[in-house]
Amino acid sequence: MSPVVTGGLPAHLVDFVGALRRAGIAVGPGESVDAAAVVAELDLLQREQLREGLAAAMLRRSGQRAVFDALFDLWFPLGQGAALGEVALPYAEDGSVDVEALRDLLAGLLRDGDTAAMAELARAIVDGLGAVGRGQGQGGQGQGGPGQGQGGGGGDRGEGGGGRPSTWSAYQALNAVRPETLLARVLADLRRGRETQRSGARPGDTDADGDSPFAEEVLRRQVRERISSFRRMVTDEARRRGAEIRGREAAARTGVPKQGDRVDFLTANSEQLADLRRRVAPLARPLASRLAARRRRARRGPIDLRRTLRRSMSTGGVPMRPAFRRPRPGRPELVLFCDVSGSVAGFSHFTMMLVQALREQFSRIRIFCFVDGCVEVTDLFGPNADLGGVMAEITARPGLIAFDGHSDYGSALGRFREGWPDVVGPRTSLLVLGDARTNYRDPNLGVLGTLAEQARHVHWLNPEPQAQWGTGDSAARSYGQVVPMHECRTAAQLAGVVSGLLPV
Amino acid sequence: MRRVSTEPVGQKTLFDSVDDVMTRLTDVGYLPSTAVATTVFLADRLGKPLLVEGPAGVGKTELARAVADATGSGLVRLQCYEGIDEARALYEWNHAKQLLRITASQGESWDATRDDVFSEEFLLPRPLLTAIRRTDPTVLLVDETDKADVEVEGLLLEVLGDFQVTVPEWGTITANQRPFTLLTSNATRELSEALKRRCLFLHLDFPDPELERRIVLTRVPQLPEALAEELVRIVGVLRGIQLRKAPSVSETIDWGRTLLALGLDTLDDDTVRSTLGVVLKHQADAQRAMAELRLN
Repeated sequence: MSPVVTGGLPAHLVDFVGALRRAGIAVGPGESVDAAAVVAELDLLQREQLREGLAAAMLRRSGQRAVFDALFDLWFPLGQGAALGEVALPYAEDGSVDVEALRDLLAGLLRDGDTAAMAELARAIVDGLGAVGRGQGQGGQGQGGPGQGQGGGGGDRGEGGGGRPSTWSAYQALNAVRPETLLARVLADLRRGRETQRSGARPGDTDADGDSPFAEEVLRRQVRERISSFRRMVTDEARRRGAEIRGREAAARTGVPKQGDRVDFLTANSEQLADLRRRVAPLARPLASRLAARRRRARRGPIDLRRTLRRSMSTGGVPMRPAFRRPRPGRPELVLFCDVSGSVAGFSHFTMMLVQALREQFSRIRIFCFVDGCVEVTDLFGPNADLGGVMAEITARPGLIAFDGHSDYGSALGRFREGWPDVVGPRTSLLVLGDARTNYRDPNLGVLGTLAEQARHVHWLNPEPQAQWGTGDSAARSYGQVVPMHECRTAAQLAGVVSGLLPV
Repeated sequence: MRRVSTEPVGQKTLFDSVDDVMTRLTDVGYLPSTAVATTVFLADRLGKPLLVEGPAGVGKTELARAVADATGSGLVRLQCYEGIDEARALYEWNHAKQLLRITASQGESWDATRDDVFSEEFLLPRPLLTAIRRTDPTVLLVDETDKADVEVEGLLLEVLGDFQVTVPEWGTITANQRPFTLLTSNATRELSEALKRRCLFLHLDFPDPELERRIVLTRVPQLPEALAEELVRIVGVLRGIQLRKAPSVSETIDWGRTLLALGLDTLDDDTVRSTLGVVLKHQADAQRAMAELRLN
C-alpha cells in the first residue's frame, strides 16, 4: 500500500481535526478517516464541495456548522493576502478611499442583492479600510491601488512603506462605510424600481396599493437582512486576514463563535437567544414526559381478561400467567415556580421559552413567578402568547414584588404556600427555576421540604455554575439538600438534565 | 435451504461526479444545492448511509425519491413511528400460516416439516430485509428516524453498518448490492452517536432565494416568474420573524399553487391576507406576522 506520508494534506487534515476538537466538536478517528476518504473522492479545486464534503463526514449535529465554517475558512482559506476579486474599491484623487463612491457601490449591490459581488466588496473593504497599526489608517495604498484586479493574490505581505498591519479590524472598516445608514436609500431605490416596472407592465393602471405598508415592510426587512449578511462577510474576512498575521491557532481560539448549545443563558446575545429558542423547544417534550412518568409496573391494575386468555393459549388454555391491565397514563400536572428578578434576567428569558414550550405539552400546568412576592401567571401563556410582551406583563402584575424588589426565596415560598395551598398535590411535579440567591434572607427550607414531600417530584434548575453555589448570598447548597438541584447554564446542560432526570 | 450470499457487497456506483449528481437530480425535478449534491455523491462513493436532518418541508423525503428516479432505482421506504419494532422493520414469520402448514402435514417427518416451515414462503419481509435482498439498484429511505425508539437504532446499526441481516433460521444475509441509504430526522430527539457515526451528515436548511425561486418554478411551472420571485421574497421575510413554525419550501410551493388555482397573478395586500394561512399553519403565527408586517 501507499507509504505513510508525513506532512502534506493528511497532516493538514489532522491539524484541522485537532482545531475542531479544541472548539468542542467531537471528531473521532473514524471521522478523520472518513474525511480523508472524502478528500480523495472530491476535486480539491472546488472549495465549496470540499467544505460540504468535510462537513458531511465530520459533523454530527446541525449546531456545529457555524464553528466548522469559521475554522474551515482558517484552515482552507480562499487565498492568501488580499485575494481580491473583480470588485475594487473606488479611490479619490489623493489616493485615499472615496467613501462616498464606495457607499454608492455598496448601495447598488444591496439593491440588487448580488451576494457574490458583496463578498468581493467585503474583501476589498477589509483590505482597504480595515488595517490597524500600519502607520496611517490608509497607509497601505501601494498594494490596493485603483488599477488592481485579480492579480492581487499573495503580493500583499511585507510590501510597501507602511509595512504590515498589526491586525485587521472589521469594526474600523464597517465604521467607515456604515452600511446601516444605507437602508433608507436602498429602499427608495428599490421602490422607484418597482414603480417603473409596474407602470411599464401595465401602463394604464395607476396603482393604489403600490406603497402599501405591507410591501414597504417586506422590502425593509429584506434589505436589513442583506445589510447584516454584508456585516457578517466583513467580519469573517477580517478574521481570515487576522489569522494570517497572528497564526490560525490564535485566531481559532479567539475568533470562532461558540456552539449554540454551549452558550451561557446569562450572557447570550439576541442572535444566540433566537438559536437557543430553537434548541429548547424540542427538549420540552422529553422533559414533560419524564416528569410525568409513572413507574410502570409499580401498581398492578385489574386483570386484563383478553390478554390473559390470549396468553393462556400457550399453556393449553390454563391461565398460568395473568396479565394485568396497564395503568392509564396519568394526566400530568406540572407546577413551575420561576424567579424573574433582575439577577437572573438572562435566565428568565430562557425560563419563559421553556415555560412556553412546556405549556404546549402539558394540559394541566400552573405557572408562578416570584421576586419576593409570588403571582400566578398561567393565563399569560395562552396558545397565542407573544413572549416579548409576556415578560412586561408579568413584571406589571401586582403582588410580584411584595417588599423591595430584591429576590427573597423564603418569603416567596411562604406566600406561594399560603396563597395556593392546594396547588401541589401527590400527582404534581414541581419545577423551580432560579439561582437561589436570597439576598441573605431566611431561605425558608421548611416550606420547600413540605412541598417536596407533597409533590411527586421536585427539581430545581439553577443557571449558575456549580462552583458558585453557596457562595455569597446563594442558598443553593442548603436548597440542594432538600431537593435535587441541577446546574443548567446551557442548552447542552438542559438536555443532560432532561435525559438524566428519571428512568422512563 | 440457506440463502447466504458470500459475494462481497456490490460497489457499483450510481454517479460519476458532483456535477453529474446536479444534472441528473435537476432532470427529475429536484434542484440540489452544492451541499446536497456533494453529500449525495459522497454517500454513493463511500457507500455510507446519508443522514439528512432539517426542518419539516425542505425536501428530505423528496431527495430520496429524486435519487431513486434519477438512478432508476427502486425506492424502499421504512416509515418510523413511536413503537416500531423488528417485526415491522425487518421481517416476521407468518405464524398463522406456519401453524396451518404443521397441522396439514400429518405423517411427515419433523425434520422435513421444520425445514419447510422456515422457508421463503412463510417469511414476511419488511422494508429493511426487502432492501437488502433486492438485486436491482435500490434506494432505502428510513423516514423520520427520530420518531423510532432507541432499540430500533440498535437494529439499524447492524443493517446500516454492514448491510447484513441475521435471520436465525437462515444465517446472515448480506446485500449483494449495497442500497443507497437515506435516513431523515426532524431532530426532535438526538440520535445515538453510534448511529450517527455510521452515516454522512447533511443538514438541509431553507435554500437561498435564487434556488428557492427555481424550485418553485420547477414545481409550479405555470406560475409567472415575477410572482414566484415575489413569493420567495415574502417567505424569506417571514422566516426572519420569530415564528413557531417558519414556512418551508413546501409551503412556498403550496402558496404558488394556491395563487394559481385562485387565478391571481399579483400579490397585493388582500391576497396575502386571505392566503397567508397556506404558509403559516398556526393561528398565532399568522396574527404575529400580520402585526409585524403591518397587514392589519
